[in-house]
Amino acid sequence: MQKFIVTILLFLVGHSVNAQVKLLTLNELEQRVAKGKDTTYVVNFWATWCGPCVEELPYFERLNNESAKKPLKVILMSLDFKSKLKTDVIPFVVKHKIKSEVYVVNETDQQKFIDRVDKNWSGALPATLILNTDKKARAFHEKSFTYSELLKVVEGYK
Amino acid sequence: MKKLLLACLTILLATAVNAQTGYQVGDLASDFNLKNVDGKNVSLAGHKNVKGYIVVFTCNTCPVSKAYEARIEALNKMYASKGYPVVAINTNDPIASPGDTYAKMQERAKEKGFSFAYLEDPDHVYTKKYGAMRTPHVFVLQKTAKGNEVAYIGAIDNDQQEANAQRDNYVQNAVNQLLKGEKPSVTSTKAIGCTIKWKKEVSK
Repeated sequence: MQKFIVTILLFLVGHSVNAQVKLLTLNELEQRVAKGKDTTYVVNFWATWCGPCVEELPYFERLNNESAKKPLKVILMSLDFKSKLKTDVIPFVVKHKIKSEVYVVNETDQQKFIDRVDKNWSGALPATLILNTDKKARAFHEKSFTYSELLKVVEGYK
Repeated sequence: MKKLLLACLTILLATAVNAQTGYQVGDLASDFNLKNVDGKNVSLAGHKNVKGYIVVFTCNTCPVSKAYEARIEALNKMYASKGYPVVAINTNDPIASPGDTYAKMQERAKEKGFSFAYLEDPDHVYTKKYGAMRTPHVFVLQKTAKGNEVAYIGAIDNDQQEANAQRDNYVQNAVNQLLKGEKPSVTSTKAIGCTIKWKKEVSK
């Protein structure tokens, strides 16, 4: 019972401090995924200045919220400039009440970074990487999603 | 398993389709005749005594393009006199992106003192033909007997936020090598950019 309460408390705390957006390198993202308790990770690459990204964010939020009891986690990796973390990204997260985990990508060499995420990525945003740590499966999509398209794609990787 | 296979196939297909659009290094690039911010039309052939061109697909509104404005201007200052002028083309539809109207392009060029041509591309004809996928997206062309051969496609450098100590100036390196009569050692690079603001399809 105590554990249960602690879990709920942690859950609530987790939800209220989401405005704390941190910088994250790709290595750190890999660790986050490897050490995480979930098995499916939906990693969306976006930016506050990217119109189509902002349009599809609610679908990722909805997926994350509706998967609260499932081993699925949405991670939002912003490609806003690091210098815009406090001026653009955090206010955006607060304004839109984003509950998914948000990070700002902390990589200086995009050439290496883009290829490491996926060889087929041209660098255009939005882009989404789906990982399943159990099945060691990954899928990469350089496109915008509707909610039903997103569900369909994720379904194959659960 | 079937689903996974299907997903793989879809990805493969999508890549195959992608690979067919636009130019690859070695292709001959089409000339154009587009309106510059000074009201006059500009074509590649209209440039006299050049060895090639630095064609930059860009726009007024994208934060990445804005971060590169000064570097695009510097490229023109550095290479126009050596035979590689910058020719910038705005990729965006002015209705889809109101900050990219012809008037706004003129305003920006004046404000920033662009010394290079900044052209509009109505209906994305050349943006599509070249295969620009984001802004900014550079195509370095070398003038040859056969035509304007694509020598480099990609980013200006790998230092978008001017924070990378190991900065590789891809476009400069490519043009420097071309000027020496060599082939560029790096012919294609990637970068994060803004999606192109395409004209909304009119429903039939």
